[in-house]
Amino acid sequence: MSVSEMLNIGMMQGFAGLSLFAVLLLMGLGLAIIFGQMGVINMAHGEFMTIGAYTIYLFSTITENHFPKLVQSYFIFAIIAAFFIAFAVGWFIEWSLIRHLYKRPLDTLLATWGISLGMQQIFRSFIGPKEVSPTLPDWLMGSWSPHEGLDIPINGMFVMALTLVVTGGVLLALYKSRWGLRVRATVANRTMANAIGINTKKTDRLTFAIGCGIAGIAGAAFTTIGSTGPTSGSLYIVDAFLVVTFGGAASLLGTMASAFGIAQMQSISEFFMTGSMARVITLLTIVLILMMRPQGLFASKIRR
Amino acid sequence: MISKLLSSLKTWIDQRGLNGFIILAILLAVVFPLAMDSFRLNLVGKYLTYGFVAIGLVMAWGYGGVLSLGQGVFFGLGGYAMAMFLKLEASDPISTKIQSTPGIPDFMDWNQITALPIWWEPFRHLPFALLAVLVVPTLLAFIISFAMFKRRVGGVYFAIITQAVALILTVLIIGQQGYTGGVNGITDLKTMLGWDTRTNSAKYILYFVTVALLLASIYGCQWIQKSKLGTLLLAMRDKEDRVRFSGYDVAMFKVFAFCLAAFLSAIGGALFTLQVGFMSASFVGIVPSIEMVIFAAVGGRMSLVGAVYGTLLVNFGKTYFSESFPDLWLFLMAALFIGVVMAFPDGLAGLWESHIKGWLARGRAALRKPKNPDAPPSQIVQPDADVMTMQEIGSPPLARSASGSPRVPSGAGMQVSGIQGQSA
Amino acid sequence: MSHDDSNDPISINRRRIMQGLAALPVLGLPGLSFGANLPTAQVNTTKLAVTDTEVTVGQLHSATGTMAISETGSIQAEQLAIDQINAMGGVLGRKIKVIKEDGASDWPTFAEKSKKLLINDKVAAVFGCWTSASRKAVLPIFEKENGMLYYPTFYEGLEQSKNVIYTGQEATQQILWGLDWAVKEKKSKTFFLVGSDYIWPRTSMKIARKHIEGHLPSGSKVVGEEYYPLGTTNFNSLINKIKVAKPDCIFIAVVGGSNVSFYKQLKAAGVTSAKQFLLTISVTEDEVLGIGGENMQGFYASMKYFQSLDNPNNKKFVEAFKAKYGPKSVIGDVTQAAYLGPWLWKAAVEKAGSFDVDKIAAASPGIEFKGAPEAYVKIHENHHLWSRTRIGQAQADGQFKVVAESPELIEPNPFPKGYQ
Repeated sequence: MSVSEMLNIGMMQGFAGLSLFAVLLLMGLGLAIIFGQMGVINMAHGEFMTIGAYTIYLFSTITENHFPKLVQSYFIFAIIAAFFIAFAVGWFIEWSLIRHLYKRPLDTLLATWGISLGMQQIFRSFIGPKEVSPTLPDWLMGSWSPHEGLDIPINGMFVMALTLVVTGGVLLALYKSRWGLRVRATVANRTMANAIGINTKKTDRLTFAIGCGIAGIAGAAFTTIGSTGPTSGSLYIVDAFLVVTFGGAASLLGTMASAFGIAQMQSISEFFMTGSMARVITLLTIVLILMMRPQGLFASKIRR
Repeated sequence: MISKLLSSLKTWIDQRGLNGFIILAILLAVVFPLAMDSFRLNLVGKYLTYGFVAIGLVMAWGYGGVLSLGQGVFFGLGGYAMAMFLKLEASDPISTKIQSTPGIPDFMDWNQITALPIWWEPFRHLPFALLAVLVVPTLLAFIISFAMFKRRVGGVYFAIITQAVALILTVLIIGQQGYTGGVNGITDLKTMLGWDTRTNSAKYILYFVTVALLLASIYGCQWIQKSKLGTLLLAMRDKEDRVRFSGYDVAMFKVFAFCLAAFLSAIGGALFTLQVGFMSASFVGIVPSIEMVIFAAVGGRMSLVGAVYGTLLVNFGKTYFSESFPDLWLFLMAALFIGVVMAFPDGLAGLWESHIKGWLARGRAALRKPKNPDAPPSQIVQPDADVMTMQEIGSPPLARSASGSPRVPSGAGMQVSGIQGQSA
Repeated sequence: MSHDDSNDPISINRRRIMQGLAALPVLGLPGLSFGANLPTAQVNTTKLAVTDTEVTVGQLHSATGTMAISETGSIQAEQLAIDQINAMGGVLGRKIKVIKEDGASDWPTFAEKSKKLLINDKVAAVFGCWTSASRKAVLPIFEKENGMLYYPTFYEGLEQSKNVIYTGQEATQQILWGLDWAVKEKKSKTFFLVGSDYIWPRTSMKIARKHIEGHLPSGSKVVGEEYYPLGTTNFNSLINKIKVAKPDCIFIAVVGGSNVSFYKQLKAAGVTSAKQFLLTISVTEDEVLGIGGENMQGFYASMKYFQSLDNPNNKKFVEAFKAKYGPKSVIGDVTQAAYLGPWLWKAAVEKAGSFDVDKIAAASPGIEFKGAPEAYVKIHENHHLWSRTRIGQAQADGQFKVVAESPELIEPNPFPKGYQ
């Protein structure tokens, strides 16, 4: 193999690691808000991602049938819509269920597991048990080939760009907005936050819904790289939890670092050994590190 | 004379809070075998093996505040240890003569393994296999929990890590299919020491063995609950720090609760293999592990007997509804999860304790004193559940704690151990 | 897995002479309710659920859970076949009644439900199972309770049972001819094997490797073999490995949701059909629904059936299927194999003149079905089907264009010598 080929493979492999990082971060981000900031173990996170994916499918079907001219551009609007649909569902679920359970975090796990079962069956009954394939714009699906032998996946770049935007947005919102201030205050000390006049109930609802909305964005973006079906979301749920837990639940920075670490570990070990062994080794490393350092990579210093 | 004996027996039972236990024993050992054909009874036998996991969870989760979402790991390990023994017995050179290497399990032959792996060898012997059923899962539970509880990892994190362990083991078992049977599992198990486990009479015997072991486990757990250890577990669940400051090693109690749960699950797994005739990786995963938690939650996470009823109820429901309306079943299951959490955090046992028992007592009181106008009107006029509960709890101190205790907030306790634990 | 039924052809011939008439009108005579006058006591000596007017069969697939994606097609096809048979007057003059059970993608549930069907419901036959794991879970039960299972999926082989008729292809049927074709038509010399990590892909790849290394022209070799856990959604590293190895042919047996991720990421990495030859044994029209025709376009699949197959039987079948389940429904290889089940059972019952499982099992070898959408099949003594293998090229609309077809029926060989 020539040097230039090795360079190409090296670059593509580096990109593979980065794009997996973006994928893991995007799927973990919504959960980092819900689980990390609010302490709610949202097992239905994957189903909120499925909502996003089905939103893309809905938009692509409508566009194809009624506005064929917009096929190349509907995707951006559909992603925004995915956020709002997942946001609305999240709002409703917080209002009807989660708000009664803030004092019992392990019970949120059971309740949201029930929600995820129910949502899967709703998808199955009303959309169909088979996987669907939304028609994606052509510009998203090819590869960018600067020179012979080097192919950079465009969908990978798209997911990376989106992750950048969403992460930036979340960081800005959390650290520069009134909402962020309220969230951080509530996380730090709920009673105190209440006492100084923060409406913690409203903050909680908004936070949960935003987390769900981000899951919707993630699901929508993943239609470019993955499947769309009733159980698609369940493929991501364990990874999402590991990313957030590994990073140290209450820290967004930790989530980023852990997504990066897991992505590199996984994609490098996959390159040198079989996929199954790579998976086992990655998971085992995470569990061992967590056993040594249970608070995760970046522990928050806040006492709760 | 006889009536005196009976009444002294009754006091003895009442004193020990064994009412529910005896009713369950009669139901399982007498009523079910008489009322059901061998097919249904075999199903019940299978459900009861999950019951072991459920009572393990009552001990670990309800009492110890340690929620595990990876009980399938221990259920599976117990089941696999048993299955390995049975598979070796089923793979004698004569019945496997069409294989390229006769005498080894069929799935090994399909994976071009030409000799029995060394670590399979001891499973030719039943005593070793039984020992492995009990020891391996318990040891694994110890390794996982010791490291974590010593570092004061709290409930939520522990739950998620057990989930990861379940995932790792699933991937390993499926990936190493030459040694484990992979996705298909270890199937086509026939005899145990020459005794055909597939016949109807064997099914009956296995059913009674399961019932006996289950009742013995419940009795053992009740004994632990009533001992000082049980009290400490409860105390630790509710105010971990106080117990720690009183000089107790909290971590070791949690480790004990978790290991006990693993131990019980493993027994269940081994019995499952015997009754159903195969073991596969699908039990080790995350989904069955969470389902097992719901069995305990439906029955009441504080009640051993309730957990068994919960297991039976959910599984009967699953069988019945999935026979008649497969689509509806998942909605019902979802509703069950949400309903239990929202409306009946103490499950069936809580429901019994706070509502039904009240009605019964009132009914009995009304029967006993039909002409007495002095009956406290509040009891009859105000069917207030909470008032009743307080009265019920008030009367017998520890004996009832099995099911009646804490309206407290089993979750609240957990939150304490969960979140404080990790920041401490 | 015994070879005890090696004597069967003789006994079948004897029976055929005796019941020659009964075997003749098996096919193509709609409306003729042959055997209606046979008394139930005669056609049912083992207490199956057969009455003078009705025969009960079971259907055991996953309507819920992760496998529902795949099994729905089989449920529909079996129902269609049963409806058609009933419209023709049923089997031996008895209408078929179906008891549907949901295996819920869970193998112990499959075992439980099969026990229910066989012991409680006493069904005369069961059409069902999809994954190997579910079949392995129910097989001991069918053998012990002496039931009859019609199993539709292409699978890894290494199994043969008196109590199962395998209506899909076993691995050698699906793989060997496809690889030969790849060498002959696509001049492939180097192969990269990729599969999901469980028994079917592993056994298939083992057979493929033996064939490539031992039976294909010298110089053919395997340059990579990779397995990924079920549910893997990220294949970028694998794709880079493939790029390093530069195989002439990528040979794929990836299943489930991973399939979609694999092809989408393959396309995004610039590995398109224009540059790379890819042959899969795990993508049917059903899977393309999820993958998207544009992502699969130009790649090849080796199957025994494609919806686009051009023959009168298939036209009728596709038409009937779409009439019942909507014009957008697609039919994959397994769906067609599932459709064969009830027909083959009907033929066996009528040939045996009985619903008894033993008699059906003995009568099955040699049964031909000329009305099969895949054109013509015949049951082998080992209870698998003789069938042709075809190569289809995926089109943008989600259909496959048949580009090659084995000239003869390929013999099923679940225990292939030299491939184990």
